[in-house]
Amino acid sequence: MALIRLEPRGQASQAMLYLTPVLAVVLTLAAGFLLFAALGFDPVAALYAFFIEPLTTTRGLGELAVKATPLVLCAVGLAIGFRANVWNIGAEGQFTLGAIAGGGVALAFYGEGGWWLLPLMVVAGAAGGMAWAAIPAFLRTRFNASEILTSLMLTYVALLLLSLLVNGPYRDPDGYSFPESRLFEEAAVMPILIEGTRVHLGSLFALLAVAGGWVLMARTFVGFQIKVIGLTPMAAGYAGFDQKRIIWLTLLLSGGLAGLAGLCEVAGPIGQIMPSISPGYGFTAIIVAFLGRLHPVGILLAGLLMALSFIGGEAAQIGLGLPKAITGVFQGMLLFFLLATDVLIRYRLRFGTKGPVVKGVAAKGVAA
Amino acid sequence: MDRRTFGKTALGLAGAAAVTLGMGAGTALAQQKMKVGFVYVGPVSDFGWSYQHDQGRLAVEKALGDKVTTTFVENVPEGADAERVIDQLASTGHKMIFTTSFGYMNPTLKVAQRHPNVMFEHATGYKRSKNLATYAARFYEGRTVIGLIAGKMTKKNVIGYIGSVPIPEVVSGINAFTLALREVNPQAEVRVVWVNSWYDPGKEADAAKALIDQGVDIIVQHTDSAAPVQTAQERGIYVFGQASDMTRFGPKAHLTAIVDDWTFYYVDRVKAALDGTWKPIDTWGGIKSGMVGLAPYNTAIPGDVVAMAEKAKADIMAGTRHSFTGPIKDQSGKVMIPAGKHATDEQILKMDWFVEGVVGKLPK
Repeated sequence: MALIRLEPRGQASQAMLYLTPVLAVVLTLAAGFLLFAALGFDPVAALYAFFIEPLTTTRGLGELAVKATPLVLCAVGLAIGFRANVWNIGAEGQFTLGAIAGGGVALAFYGEGGWWLLPLMVVAGAAGGMAWAAIPAFLRTRFNASEILTSLMLTYVALLLLSLLVNGPYRDPDGYSFPESRLFEEAAVMPILIEGTRVHLGSLFALLAVAGGWVLMARTFVGFQIKVIGLTPMAAGYAGFDQKRIIWLTLLLSGGLAGLAGLCEVAGPIGQIMPSISPGYGFTAIIVAFLGRLHPVGILLAGLLMALSFIGGEAAQIGLGLPKAITGVFQGMLLFFLLATDVLIRYRLRFGTKGPVVKGVAAKGVAA
Repeated sequence: MDRRTFGKTALGLAGAAAVTLGMGAGTALAQQKMKVGFVYVGPVSDFGWSYQHDQGRLAVEKALGDKVTTTFVENVPEGADAERVIDQLASTGHKMIFTTSFGYMNPTLKVAQRHPNVMFEHATGYKRSKNLATYAARFYEGRTVIGLIAGKMTKKNVIGYIGSVPIPEVVSGINAFTLALREVNPQAEVRVVWVNSWYDPGKEADAAKALIDQGVDIIVQHTDSAAPVQTAQERGIYVFGQASDMTRFGPKAHLTAIVDDWTFYYVDRVKAALDGTWKPIDTWGGIKSGMVGLAPYNTAIPGDVVAMAEKAKADIMAGTRHSFTGPIKDQSGKVMIPAGKHATDEQILKMDWFVEGVVGKLPK
């Protein structure tokens, strides 16, 4: 007779849906505490250096916003698609195309820029991401090809295209043949929002995307259609919802936001086009989307947390000489604990052997 | 492990509140010590590029440990993240910062302008300012020596070359290698595969396999992981390692390696910073200055070939051999460096064409 049993809930617990991410963070911190102790570091000092110290200065907070911006922009779009069972895994490629298209505008008008240049780059960036996402949308709606595969594979095409461009047409003519574009002129760089930090206009776009994503999902008929299609495609079919339209819409939306994120990186903190513009934001955004429970506000928080885990890793290595691999370990633990605690959404814990439930059901719950 | 013990004793006893105190005590202790920071593009355990820079850092600790403390950050992506890391080092009291990858050039320059009292050193770039020096090594000199060895060791006369990214440093290496190869073996040719990354063991191993399947019997790499060495060992062909002695990853396959030795340079520069004689100069050291060396030769290399390699090294040091001595033709047969002349530093630094004997095109 087990002392703790899992008992299926009739309905998924709303409270647990929001509590499990918090629980996962707490468990991660606890495991981190043990890990640091086992590595021979003072766990309190290490956790402080990792999670608190980066947030004690204005610059640190600014860096958090800078790092979270592309993650949130990509994740908000992806989550909307995921709600409709449209699995865009290729945000990294759409991000890259946004940088290529928007950054290309900056280079094309180099030296002739005016107030109009940055808005044009933003439009081009979003359009670039949309165009790249349109390919999986077309293949899915026309040939029923899985967008998971096509969008993922297009990522590698995008990265090679970027590499081709920075080694060719985009290359800085005065740059000793190094594969980098020239630095963008003043008119092509995102304005800084907070003096003394690197927080740029892109962070504002990310907040707008969060708000827009929430309005779309919670307050519009399209959002309702997306949710219905995701939950019960059959019912959506009977209701006459156009699934193809939703596939196009969600892919273009997530591609556009990823493209915008890419443009914001090259026109923001990087200021030029390089062979490597993203350390995998498009993929990390998938984790952020799920960590944030596919909810725009949750995504904002998850994006900040994920950004902190990157920045904290560096800060801890500079301050205490902790190995950088700790960052990956923390991100992995966070996901692991989130998935592990997710069982609480559908099952409730029962202590002791007594209980009103039929034992067979409880046993089945454990087995499942 | 000194750093770890220090962390434990200085910071270990107390809780979060005492952490700031502990750090204060640390700074007081180190008041006379200058903090020197290093930024690496790969992990220190890559046993290639970043590993060798870290050996330089350790040499600084060893030589000047009573006057300096060092910090490093590894795996820093070239892009938006680099500026944050460099700035973080500059604003946490580091007086001297080495940024060890080309992609850190513009971020380093930006941070250098914000921190005029910090001395910056950027590896392999070309932008300098009043507090930003640059340094690089003439790796191509080492490529000349291994090219001669390859020319004598190949049976099939086809060499595979794993290139990282087509920048002049890599292109000049391929050219120097090919010129030396064909000097002793005019039939030999070089096949280049680009992996578009400096450190990607998976891609590097794939590139090595693809080249071996095409029939090459020696592999040269200009990427930082030991994966090509391991692949060559498995498939029973020869390989030249990159950046550090990679013998342990393929004792039979590894003929020798071009070793980047930053130890003298780092110790000298930190000394200069301590003396107040530091200047934002450009340094381009080769075999003579000790910045470029060769790992111990494999016993499979016959004695006369070793003697030839050693002679080439000595000639380069003496200045009687230059890696790019004319006449040099490009792939189309056009004379790029006329007879009786050798390439200028400027020509080497901007090299964006392949010499005759290289198969494959440069991405343009």
